[in-house]
Amino acid sequence: MNGLIVGVCPVLRPEPASSKFKFLWLVVAILAILMTGCGRPGTQVERGIRDQILLFGNKAEPQDLDPHVIEGVGEHNIMMALFESLVGEDPKTLMPVPGVAERWEISPDGKVYIFHLRNAKWSNGDSVTAEDFVKSYRRILTPTLGSRYAYMLHPIKNARPFNEGKLTDPSQVGVRAIDPHTLEITLECPTSYLLNMMANHYSWWPVHLPTVQKHGDPYRPGNRWTRPENHVGNGPFRLAEWVPNSVIRVRKNTNYWDAATVRLNGIDFLPIESVDSEERSFRAGQMHTTYELPNAKVDTYKRDNPGVLRIDDYLGNYFYRLNVTHPALKDKRVRHALSMAVDRKAIVEIVTRGGQKPAFAFTPPDTKGYTSRAQLTFDIEGAKKLLAEAGHPGGKGLPPIEIHYNTSENHRVMAEAVQQMWKKNLGIEATLRNEEWKVYMDSQGHTNYMASRSGWIGDYPDPNTFLGTFLSYSGNNRTGWNNPEYDRLINQADCTADEKQRYELLQKAEAILLDDLPLIPIYYYTRVYLLHPSVKNWHPTLLDHHPYKYVYLEALPK
Amino acid sequence: MLRFIAARLLQTIPVLLMVATLTFFMVRSVPGGPFDSEKSVPEQVKRQIEAYYGLDKPLVRQYLDYMGHLVRGDLGPSYKYANRTVNEMIALTFPVSLQLGALALGIALLVGMTAGVVAALRPNSPIDYLASGLSMTGICLPTFVMGPLLILVFALTLKWFNASGWFEPRDRILPALTLGVVYAAYVARLTRGGMLEILSQDFIRTARAKGANATRVLFRHALRGGLLPVVSFLGPAAAGIVTGSFVIEMIFQIPGLGRHFVTSAFNRDFTMITGIVVFYAALIVFFNLAVDIVQIWLNPKLKFH
Repeated sequence: MNGLIVGVCPVLRPEPASSKFKFLWLVVAILAILMTGCGRPGTQVERGIRDQILLFGNKAEPQDLDPHVIEGVGEHNIMMALFESLVGEDPKTLMPVPGVAERWEISPDGKVYIFHLRNAKWSNGDSVTAEDFVKSYRRILTPTLGSRYAYMLHPIKNARPFNEGKLTDPSQVGVRAIDPHTLEITLECPTSYLLNMMANHYSWWPVHLPTVQKHGDPYRPGNRWTRPENHVGNGPFRLAEWVPNSVIRVRKNTNYWDAATVRLNGIDFLPIESVDSEERSFRAGQMHTTYELPNAKVDTYKRDNPGVLRIDDYLGNYFYRLNVTHPALKDKRVRHALSMAVDRKAIVEIVTRGGQKPAFAFTPPDTKGYTSRAQLTFDIEGAKKLLAEAGHPGGKGLPPIEIHYNTSENHRVMAEAVQQMWKKNLGIEATLRNEEWKVYMDSQGHTNYMASRSGWIGDYPDPNTFLGTFLSYSGNNRTGWNNPEYDRLINQADCTADEKQRYELLQKAEAILLDDLPLIPIYYYTRVYLLHPSVKNWHPTLLDHHPYKYVYLEALPK
Repeated sequence: MLRFIAARLLQTIPVLLMVATLTFFMVRSVPGGPFDSEKSVPEQVKRQIEAYYGLDKPLVRQYLDYMGHLVRGDLGPSYKYANRTVNEMIALTFPVSLQLGALALGIALLVGMTAGVVAALRPNSPIDYLASGLSMTGICLPTFVMGPLLILVFALTLKWFNASGWFEPRDRILPALTLGVVYAAYVARLTRGGMLEILSQDFIRTARAKGANATRVLFRHALRGGLLPVVSFLGPAAAGIVTGSFVIEMIFQIPGLGRHFVTSAFNRDFTMITGIVVFYAALIVFFNLAVDIVQIWLNPKLKFH
């Protein structure tokens, strides 16, 4: 696009020029273009405001633009522009609001959902039908596709056996189109957070199967339907351009049913891996919002430019996994002592400094109205006592605890802080071990560590997305910890329709988790990033989703 | 000469096969695979993906399959970017790196040779010290310092350029400058050294005695020999500029091959890593060959054999 503008802008052309000076003129013209960028007024941010194009820092090149094969937050940001689910997200609370479905009914036992679809269209003009959703859900569950997030659909009846290849007939999966505008979903259990998952997570979003089919096998990875010239979506924007490692441009989708609400003309997603480069680009007026901000810069922005600094609560927990199978950490009194000796308040105030909140439970407080009653404490005396009871007064007889983390300045500083606290408060030695990201994940996956730096970001606002990770059979547990009672409570909660009863079961489960303590929660995440003040209707939300159809840009008063 | 080139090209084949083989096994010996991620992937899903890419077969079988495709010029699909092939990614990103490298090399030669010649003509004069001092600074300042420094001055303070990106023609300037300056410094030092040596030789004195003017002595007699060290440096330098631009591509967010190479290593994108390494190897071999030819052409003491 920029090339085009440069291409058509008037080049200085003196006529008639003597051939002697022709070369000179050419040089002058080229220099003029290079230096001024054709004299277009203002920065890219200002031009973006004028054209209603949001410039969006998006961290990394997305794997793909197919909602059924991707994973990751950056990918999610783009999916939100290109696709729409049955239910949408409220721009402030992210709670379900009508999307492709105008309205829905839930059976009294909470197991059957009937969605009534509006007259929505795909970006190519085709109608969005109930059959599209049936085909999409069958597609993501098809084992050969290898979708990493297919498990999000496991609450659907027979979805799990079909996804695991134990059932081969897709018609047995509990999704059917009653007519083109009515979709019925039957569940295994009343899953009260179903609508949340649908609204918040792309695994539940539809694809246009005829398009997918046209460009390859729809049930295998590596399909080329996501190229800009092929892509079809049903979101407020359509894919216009995709230059790997450079930019993804989406532009307003005129076929979108609610196009009248959409105020932006487009969004440019910029994959910028380096946090420092991103921050410089923001300062140079090249983007409206960054993906993050280097920790070291937070204080500077607080002091010099607080108007662009955003610190939003984020649904995540930064914690240390503890390997409960390690001889030194087998005794839960030792694990509790280690946890009690960590001064989380000091950590968030001195180490992280990004408005994070100290974590004394696993599920962040007020996650869809749920706050864990069980809470850990910071209590040095209590920690010393517990350690003595476990036979290690003053840390005697305990080997050094190794803190394992993925290579990163922030994680190193954190590990050093914890190391100091254990040493000072308990007399326990700690050593540090850092590993490159994939090696680190490999070690963690094989429980080859003592204490390992971890993070968990919720996929949808419900305590289940946190507590489910410590199920004994969950691949995300990685601590060697298992408790049959915990598993039972979580599973029972999944099948409890009444929200109050369900939360009661989850409370009991979290109490067990915090009593056995295969982890040390440290802080609840915040999202720290930069946002240009021209961006409007951009609300702080727990998942950092900002439904784009409401967002717009407004010139700043001079 | 043709025989020389053909022989050299033939020697390349075993080299490239060796490089491919070593890389193939090395990337697979590192812990962590392309499909590991922070949130656990259900075992059966992982098996499906691995089966799709043939990673469930015995390693030797995988190797033979890979080499079979390689000799036909097919570098395979990317494991990370599911809808792209390695060939396509290289075709998309290499021209960007090449453009950046060519500009940088141009800057390096223009600035470096001028500075070197000027310094050599007035050895131990203030102008010589200035040129040598500046080139020493250029060598000492790593690109990850030089890049942000240039951005700070020209993008953030003077606002002449963008701080990152590769969209407008002027976006080429700062990165090319950053990359070129280091090499300009080397070129300046090599030119100065080469020229000093040549200028003190008898045939230069003879030329001057004959009454040839200074310009003619410089361009006609001295430069051809004086630049020999620069030319032999140019081969590795050109390869280094084109393949080693990843730091600059990171700093300036340029969609080139270098940046892509680094991220593919982090992603354990096996085919991508191996493909790019083989491609780079071929490139280096090619540059060295080109330099050998130019050197023989410039230096009458050498011959094709």
